[in-house]
Amino acid sequence: MSILEIKNLSYKYGVGTPFEIAALENINFSVEKGEMVAIIGHTGSGKSTLIQHFNALLKASEGQVLLDGKDINESRESAHKARFRVGLCFQYPEYQLFESTVYKDIAFGPTNMGLDKTEIDRRVRKAAEFVGLKESMFEKSPFDLSGGEKRRVAIAGVMAMEPEVLIMDEPAAGLDPRGRKVILDLIKNYREKTGSTVIIVSHSMEDVASVADRILVMNKGKIAFNDTVDEVFSHEQELREMGLNIPQITKIFSELKRYGFNLNAATYTVDDAAEEILRYLHKGGN
Amino acid sequence: MNNEALIRFCDVSYRYESDNETPLPLAIKNINIDIKKGEFVAILGHNGSGKSTFAKLSNAIILPESGNVYVEGMDTADESLEYAIRQKVGVVFQNPDNQIVATIVEEDVAFGPENLGIEPDEIRQRVDDALKAVGMYEYRLHEPHKLSGGQKQRVAIAGVMAMQTDCIVLDEPTAMLDPKGREEVMKSMLRLNKELGKTVVLITHYMDEAVKADRVIVMNSGNVVLDGTPQEVFSHEKIIEDAGLELPDSAKLALRLKKSGVNLPDGILTPEEFIEAFKLSLSGGAVH
Repeated sequence: MSILEIKNLSYKYGVGTPFEIAALENINFSVEKGEMVAIIGHTGSGKSTLIQHFNALLKASEGQVLLDGKDINESRESAHKARFRVGLCFQYPEYQLFESTVYKDIAFGPTNMGLDKTEIDRRVRKAAEFVGLKESMFEKSPFDLSGGEKRRVAIAGVMAMEPEVLIMDEPAAGLDPRGRKVILDLIKNYREKTGSTVIIVSHSMEDVASVADRILVMNKGKIAFNDTVDEVFSHEQELREMGLNIPQITKIFSELKRYGFNLNAATYTVDDAAEEILRYLHKGGN
Repeated sequence: MNNEALIRFCDVSYRYESDNETPLPLAIKNINIDIKKGEFVAILGHNGSGKSTFAKLSNAIILPESGNVYVEGMDTADESLEYAIRQKVGVVFQNPDNQIVATIVEEDVAFGPENLGIEPDEIRQRVDDALKAVGMYEYRLHEPHKLSGGQKQRVAIAGVMAMQTDCIVLDEPTAMLDPKGREEVMKSMLRLNKELGKTVVLITHYMDEAVKADRVIVMNSGNVVLDGTPQEVFSHEKIIEDAGLELPDSAKLALRLKKSGVNLPDGILTPEEFIEAFKLSLSGGAVH
């Protein structure tokens, strides 16, 4: 069964003013339990507006958001609960840290959920472990940490709510290559260990290809593609017209294919690419 | 002194102020760098390696703890030269929303020259030229907050251009942009360098941007660990990885295949180079 289902969702900014503008138009899609879905789209395509509907931060002008089959906007209470059941980690979340210690910052979400002390403690420790923060850092001020560590504290704060759906808006933005890898690996590990559903918004086609089961492509407030990684990245031309791209390795492969090399164009990572080329050469070019 | 160097770092160290008694470690350690006129230099390094500190030192936003930074021979520590230095070197930062001040694109670009007390006619000319140079002239009467990230960054670059600085230092200008925005900004930077002769220093985390530079400098923990052409720099896989970076995907793939005995030349950095080399390697008929 779908954990999250979006039905005929539309959202307009500035309703009733001369500046009324449709940010989302008739969006329909669903996310299965345990899936890792990536959302890509150019700046202003509606990605951020869309994800803010998933935990009732925004209320749709039309349509519904169903969480486990129930409309999250059914009552004030259900909308409030959705904040905990769907954890939203914004872009550059390190700017949202505010507590005096790392521990308190991670505990903020679970504390607001009204959990008892032992449960809060269990969750803080577990979340810290997921993001690779040592216990020795718990009493430090989050503001004394490096940028990458701060980001991990902020992510742990969302994980500590143990949301059924974890949404991350550009979790690796602004990080160096090693930092990107650390963040992506910890998200993969979190999902494997918890079986949670994860939705990741990204501008990096390489990152998307390496983590996602499925890609949702937003363009001008509508869904342009909702398909497997292989299928979506086979549409290079359309993606480019939408201000997006395909991974560098995929570009090489689709070009080589055009020159008559019989290679599998659905290749995204360096490891897979090397393997595929060696396979091709050993078979004598077929 | 060598007057070829537009920006010269002589034994420069810098340390950020600590808010308690324990001093922070040096952010930049005794570095020596010459940026020559007309160069397109990319600076790479992990978060906290000292890249942004380099940017801020290059036009007197901050001053060295020891050593000297010279801009066309002018010492940035000399307060009386501050304006002269900022008219030589302009800086563009990562977040476009933090550096746009006006409500109309052309007014934003005019902000710098207005503050320099330039004549209105001259300002008009400079603003038009700058907006044309970054391909944003047709947006001159638009509101900046309605532009895309890539467009905003290009307006920010035009703002520096309108000051007619010889050198533009950009600190991760594409970090917050989508693929198209990145491409637009990269194109503008290359154009400023190749067609208008501006010196460009691009600080970035993207290896595919660095391979387009004439020269690449790699920083690690406040030190310069590599400095050379992209081909030279990216031939040091170990040093690159130790610095928290990685080779461009095309280079990584080429290296992996060479290790497995595929006949490919050294120095492959881009998809185009890989494709060309791969075709050549197989056209011998040995395998194909």
